[in-house]
Amino acid sequence: MKRFWLHGVLALAIGLFASASAYTPGNVECIAPANPGGGWDFTCRSGGKLLYDLGIVSRPVKVTNMPGGGGGVAFAHVVTQRKGNPNILVAASPATTLRLAQGKYGNFTANDVRWVAAIGADFGVIAVKADAPWKTLDDLIADIKKDPSKIAIGGGSSVGGQDHMKVLLLAKAAGIDPKALKYVPFDGGGEALTAMLGGFVQVFPGDASETIGQMQAGKIRILAVLSEKRLSGDFADIPTARELGYDAVWAVWRGFYMPPGVSDDAYNFWVQAMKKVADSPEWAKMRDESGLAPFYKGGADFDAFIKKQVADFRELSKALGLIK
Amino acid sequence: MDVLSLLAHGFSVALTPLNLFLAFAGAFLGTLIGALPGIGPVNGVAILIPIAYALKLPPESALILLAGVYYGAEYGGRIASILLNVPGDAGAVITTLDGYPMAQKGKAGEALALSAISSFIGGTLAVIGLTLFAPYLAEWAIKFGPAEYFALMVFAFTTLASLAGKNPVKALIASVFGLMLATVGIDPGSGVPRFTFGEMKLYDGVDFLVVAIGLFAISEVLTLMEHSYLGTAQRIKVQTKLVSMKTFMASLWSILRSSLIGFFIGVLPGAGASIASAVAYTTEKRLVDHEGTFGTGDPRGVAAPEAANNAASGGAMVPMLTLGVPGSGTTAVLLGALMMFNVTPGPLIFQQRPEIVWGLIASMYIGNVMLLVLNLPLVGLFARILTIPRWFLVPAIAALSFIGVYAVNNSAFDLLFMTGIGVVGYLMRKAGFPLAPVILGLVLGRLMEVNLRRALAISGGDWSILYASPLSKALWALALLSLLFPYLTGFFGSRRRPPDV
Repeated sequence: MKRFWLHGVLALAIGLFASASAYTPGNVECIAPANPGGGWDFTCRSGGKLLYDLGIVSRPVKVTNMPGGGGGVAFAHVVTQRKGNPNILVAASPATTLRLAQGKYGNFTANDVRWVAAIGADFGVIAVKADAPWKTLDDLIADIKKDPSKIAIGGGSSVGGQDHMKVLLLAKAAGIDPKALKYVPFDGGGEALTAMLGGFVQVFPGDASETIGQMQAGKIRILAVLSEKRLSGDFADIPTARELGYDAVWAVWRGFYMPPGVSDDAYNFWVQAMKKVADSPEWAKMRDESGLAPFYKGGADFDAFIKKQVADFRELSKALGLIK
Repeated sequence: MDVLSLLAHGFSVALTPLNLFLAFAGAFLGTLIGALPGIGPVNGVAILIPIAYALKLPPESALILLAGVYYGAEYGGRIASILLNVPGDAGAVITTLDGYPMAQKGKAGEALALSAISSFIGGTLAVIGLTLFAPYLAEWAIKFGPAEYFALMVFAFTTLASLAGKNPVKALIASVFGLMLATVGIDPGSGVPRFTFGEMKLYDGVDFLVVAIGLFAISEVLTLMEHSYLGTAQRIKVQTKLVSMKTFMASLWSILRSSLIGFFIGVLPGAGASIASAVAYTTEKRLVDHEGTFGTGDPRGVAAPEAANNAASGGAMVPMLTLGVPGSGTTAVLLGALMMFNVTPGPLIFQQRPEIVWGLIASMYIGNVMLLVLNLPLVGLFARILTIPRWFLVPAIAALSFIGVYAVNNSAFDLLFMTGIGVVGYLMRKAGFPLAPVILGLVLGRLMEVNLRRALAISGGDWSILYASPLSKALWALALLSLLFPYLTGFFGSRRRPPDV
């Protein structure tokens, strides 16, 4: 009889334990939908490293670079060929939602994958050269209003991409016709920043992390950050566009999605895992060092955020004439 | 502190046993990575970043390891180019033009040794340039705007004419094919996909490496198969003798000029090792190829591009360290690695983290010497690759090419594309079309287009921006000179010739 009870309790305990973690990670792979060196690559490498360092996964996370179509190749790959695979994470950012909103991923939509979490965010900035005549955002906007064709804005993304959207948003908030802006696309923020230092373009709508080095050296001036609240550290003295009366926010969140058809157990495991990563002091250190600000959204919360962002971006892109 | 004491400090960092070992390990791994077709410095560095991180190396040591892989790969890229006509990486495409014919003539050892020495000289001169002039060069690189880049690309295009060889029409058609390939992908000026046929994998354009490997390696495999089948395959003599002093001295000026060209082009963030080696090669062909031996296994045609691409990889460090802007794909990855190690690249890095910058620079001096010492004794071993029987060599080249290309983008589509391009390359060879202009058309075409459109977007459609600055005027003058050069030499040459009586 005693033995029966023992077995019963054991079975119950095993049952409980098993249902609490019906999913244990296997060989986890993080897909960075771009070449090494960019933001998505960083998300996978730092996120993957922390998952291993914090003991959430038992084997190092393998990072696969799958560039193409601005993330579209990886998106299509995950939706069509990795369906239901619980060991796949894919790095994402507003570049993903923006392209989904503009229909750049073919027929795929945000509903085709499972959105896990965002663990940090970079924020847009409006930068000019240190010796530029504009001391404040108001000065710059006044001059653009006067004659938009005089001021060239050089960003690191193509037309309709993130850097372009930042200035379009700002123009919209300031009552400037967005189509009158003179936007010059470069291959990445670095090239655009160099072009501004050389005086070929006057404004660089980059990200905080891209501009910190040149700002510390006093080569550029940051007129505003496109965040909801002021950033910390070197950016603490720089006003937000919102403070200055222009409602333009551009949060470059860094997060992950998973293939469709993944079980809820596995999905919830990863949402919890990303929460652990986001709350860890190791991530706080890494995040601060790479110029990112705290930003966590996970699970259903993140999913709702993504869906709303895609809808907002679609509406905005339509209003700006970027899509029909 | 002056430069010398800073450099001495750098050597004290680089000469610690750990860093010395890492420089060696990086250089050795880099040579292997570079020698494999497809897998070039970008992938090599990217693969090693997590390892460097996992080993908990201090930032300067990690950077020394990664930079070792970078210039090691530029050294190694030439090996497959010379022996197999398969460019090991982007900068080594031009090396095939004379390297492979040299190997076919039985001078494989000489070609390998000479290219190693050229790489050493190019690399070392670039580090010296970096040590002495980095801040000034950064100022110079900033002066290159879209209009200047456009003029530079036009200049590079005019030097291409010297690659035309016996049949200029065929060379022209080949470069137009390259230009056509360059138009595939999302148009950055409007965000609209062009010539992608709805295939998302073509949105980012045609990958340079996929085309290069397909065009050279796959077509080579097909050609070798044809020779084996028809029984026309020739036995290649393998000679492992190193380069003679005479050949070296004959190439010395080519090496020095090409190093300078490579370094300056490498410093520009918008150009890279492939353009540097092409411009160096075509310039040398113009200047010294009086007998028309370039393209048939002229040692100077091997020395020039190798000196240039190694100098360019040193030059690319200048914008990376001084501006925080990558001068090439590989330095972009290095920058990412720096940021993961809590080092903010930018103008202040020289003051904030001198141990990193100067340790890196010192390690580049050491690494170059190591690579030379490592590579020369291995020449005999590498050259013996040619003695591998065809039935093994041909499938091995094919397998390496497929692995290498797959490793770049993890894309099976690229394999199909490479194979298709390979068949095109094979047919082009049979019809006597040169292959290098295709590659150059592809590289230059894109840069030319985006910079022209950027310049016109800035000026609001006013074409005068293209020749407004003194720098662009100088580049246009160079382009004009390069176009007229054959006529000028002909003119002066005929005057110097004694009159026939």
